Amino acid sequence: MAHDAHHDHHSHDHEHGQAPPSDIALRVKALESLLVEKGLVDPAALDAIIDTYEHKVGPRNGARVVARAWTDPDYRARLMTDATAAIAELGFGGRQGEHMIAVENTATRHNLVVCTLCSCYPWAVLGLPPNWYKSSPYRSRAVIDPRGVLAEFGTRLADDVDIRVWDSTAEVRYLVIPQRPAGSEGMSEDQLAPLVTRDSMIGVATLAPVSP
Amino acid sequence: MNGVHDMGGQHGLGAIDAPADEPLFHAAWEARVLALTLAMGAWGRWNIDASRHQRELIPGPAYLAMGYYEKWLTGLIALMTSRGLITPDELASGQPAPGAPKATPPLTADKVPATLARGGPANRDVVAPRRFKIGDKVRTRNINPAGHTRLPRYARGREGVIERDHGAHVLPDANAHFLGECPERLYGVRFSARELWGEAARAGDSLHLDLWDRYLEPA
Repeated sequence: MAHDAHHDHHSHDHEHGQAPPSDIALRVKALESLLVEKGLVDPAALDAIIDTYEHKVGPRNGARVVARAWTDPDYRARLMTDATAAIAELGFGGRQGEHMIAVENTATRHNLVVCTLCSCYPWAVLGLPPNWYKSSPYRSRAVIDPRGVLAEFGTRLADDVDIRVWDSTAEVRYLVIPQRPAGSEGMSEDQLAPLVTRDSMIGVATLAPVSP
Repeated sequence: MNGVHDMGGQHGLGAIDAPADEPLFHAAWEARVLALTLAMGAWGRWNIDASRHQRELIPGPAYLAMGYYEKWLTGLIALMTSRGLITPDELASGQPAPGAPKATPPLTADKVPATLARGGPANRDVVAPRRFKIGDKVRTRNINPAGHTRLPRYARGREGVIERDHGAHVLPDANAHFLGECPERLYGVRFSARELWGEAARAGDSLHLDLWDRYLEPA
């Protein structure tokens, strides 16, 4: 793969102004320069923060929690009793995951997480939220029309399923434990974790059956 | 405040745009704004509630038009200037004021992992009166403060049931205005969808909000 060549080509375009930086990009650059010049921020710390959320903290963390809960009944019990501690057992926690609660989907109950007032989201297990989660359409309608919102994601629930919507109004963060996919009965935690999607842990999706 | 940010229950804000394989950041500057916001927070000149309130103060039409990280940038600039970390002149010129002493950043790269792993717990080990127990019926107060609150409009004056007791948590209504943390008991409260949205809502559906003691009265 000519990955480096592609990268060089991209930089070339950028430097020669074929895709000029936007006004806001320039403003942010100027602001960062000012803050560095004043000794208010360490640019290496900024890089470290970005690296954390690009490479270390993301939905793979939550998927590991879910897969462990599916395969280890004792862990599941601890997770449902004290999710913050159970999630910490797997090495996850901290910013925007200080106070965790796990909510479990069943055949008759489906959970959906939103923050109508801003964009609260369980970073520690899911990473940074996708744009749609922070957008006005989702924030406004998830509480009044959860079934309509689910339908927009292609998710349909049986008529006898009750929906519980969690509006994250405090520093408590919610992780949905989706139903284990049909056909996954013999699978191990390591095999299950890659099946667990971010959207299923927010509650806008369910997990498709595993084909044999 | 009854701002446009309090959007639960509104119609007409458009379809949800959820592309598959969306990038984590849509442009490099978004990542820098995220990092600048977290790094500047380490100065301790404001708190997470003040940050949220600052974004709520963006005028409604602009709030609705802005992207997420543009709101963050706007809020960060407002806090840095109002809390004395930069001056409007410095912002305009992009240069430190002549003779301004050079500071030492509180958050250096080596401290980032531990700082993010620690986060900012909002629970406080104080004696906070427990007015309600699990299963108690409560009614939310009909409050309309001009300042910060975390009781959304759609859940004011409504009857619910105490479902969880989270212990004492920092009170955003005070903390956002730098009036102290004023920790107060926080409860998980369940509302039926019909209580909030009327008879057209499905009977078994429910909404769950975390609400501070002062938002509630016995029902």
